[in-house]
Amino acid sequence: MRTTITVNGEVRSLDLDPRTTLLDALRETLKLTGAKKGCDHGQCGACTVLVNGVRINSCLSLAVMHDGDEVTSIEGVGTVEKLHPVQVAFLNQDAFQCGYCTPGQICSTLGLLAEIEAGAPSQETAPGAKPTLTDAEIRERMSGNICRCSAYPQIVAAIKQAAEALA
Amino acid sequence: MKAFTYERATSVEGAVTAAQAPGARFIAGGTNLLDLMKLEIETPTHLIDVGRLPMAEIVETPDGGLRIGASASNTAVASNATVRARYPVLSEAIVAGGSPQLRNKASVGGNLLQRTRCAYFYDTSKPCNKRAPGSGCGALEGLNRNAAIFGASHACIATHTSDMAVALAALGASVEVVGAGGTHSIPLLELHRLPGETPHIETHLAGGELITAVVLPPPPKGGQTYRKVRDRASYAGGLASVAVAGGQVALGMVAHKPWRAAEAEGALASGASPAEAIGKELAGASSLGRNDFKIPLVARLAAAAITEAKEQGQ
Repeated sequence: MRTTITVNGEVRSLDLDPRTTLLDALRETLKLTGAKKGCDHGQCGACTVLVNGVRINSCLSLAVMHDGDEVTSIEGVGTVEKLHPVQVAFLNQDAFQCGYCTPGQICSTLGLLAEIEAGAPSQETAPGAKPTLTDAEIRERMSGNICRCSAYPQIVAAIKQAAEALA
Repeated sequence: MKAFTYERATSVEGAVTAAQAPGARFIAGGTNLLDLMKLEIETPTHLIDVGRLPMAEIVETPDGGLRIGASASNTAVASNATVRARYPVLSEAIVAGGSPQLRNKASVGGNLLQRTRCAYFYDTSKPCNKRAPGSGCGALEGLNRNAAIFGASHACIATHTSDMAVALAALGASVEVVGAGGTHSIPLLELHRLPGETPHIETHLAGGELITAVVLPPPPKGGQTYRKVRDRASYAGGLASVAVAGGQVALGMVAHKPWRAAEAEGALASGASPAEAIGKELAGASSLGRNDFKIPLVARLAAAAITEAKEQGQ
């Protein structure tokens, strides 16, 4: 099935079996292997990408559902020569060990920062209040991204550093 | 995943017509359906994508209520200024469910139509009357710690896991449905069924009917709150939850559907204390051993939530 998706700024026209998930289209068809397949059931967050600026689990979405969408995977976030401030912060804070979950953690961070900016509440946000980037808010909002190396304290520190750098 | 064909609907009418075909299913966010399709528990032969239909608007109704389009994302509803100001229990319930990634993708209609389930529904090596009608219930004498305490049957003891639906039940929401016969409205409490002998049939929707909106009446007078207990502090299915809106109380994860606590509401209206009122409701509960704890848990959780809402309302 013909599907056109703008991936990391580039228009890609793909001929896909409707069963292909967005994650598999990125990894297997486009050979963009940054987004990872962890659980393949939306539980671990390793496959997190941004679709039209919003973070989702790319394993729980069909690629054909994204005809016309703009997808950003980790390959579109920064380059080795010019890292994104979130990537710099993850390096500075030692916010990973094996690195398998990191592309998802970084894409999720970008989504989180946009959601905080837009005022989207979490269960840590007081009723009616505008959310702020407290440790509790970060932990809650990153709960869809599992890190088996348990770099969680450093991930929180990296997100705070990145938010300051981007402010 | 079994093979299927896919189309993106361009109108509600077109979607409903296409859905009359055998094996056809609607998909919006897909966060529950695709998960189950990967396990071949769900095996549709045709998917009709309704996620882009123009039904994501959240607008106030002339009577002071709110109409929430069925394809609005869970995040959009939880973040909506009117929802946060006038229906805070709904916003609180939504952000208690899933992860941000799931809430960004999941639609309102899909949240309501996620499968009522337990671990045996997911485990295709075990009997489950819901997945394979007539095969038996593996949970009855199995790992049933999270089983229903209200309205269960010998055929199924699974619970409805939606947080959002519990708040909608407390708020007295109704669901707008379009089918081959036109548009009609169903009270949310009559959307889902108890398991009885047919746990594989979970709603009263006719084949091919599409939920287009959820409609809230004006909020009841008094405070609102949502409380949920689960094994982890975040991103975990609930063991029990309670939504309170004024004198209206609904319980979650205790039955095959969101459970409106009518006995408790009646007792509260006649002056009973929160603990006495929820005690009246729980007089009708039953448990199987491993889920015995849910009864005192709900007693304390609901009494605390009712008290909190009362204090807010004063």
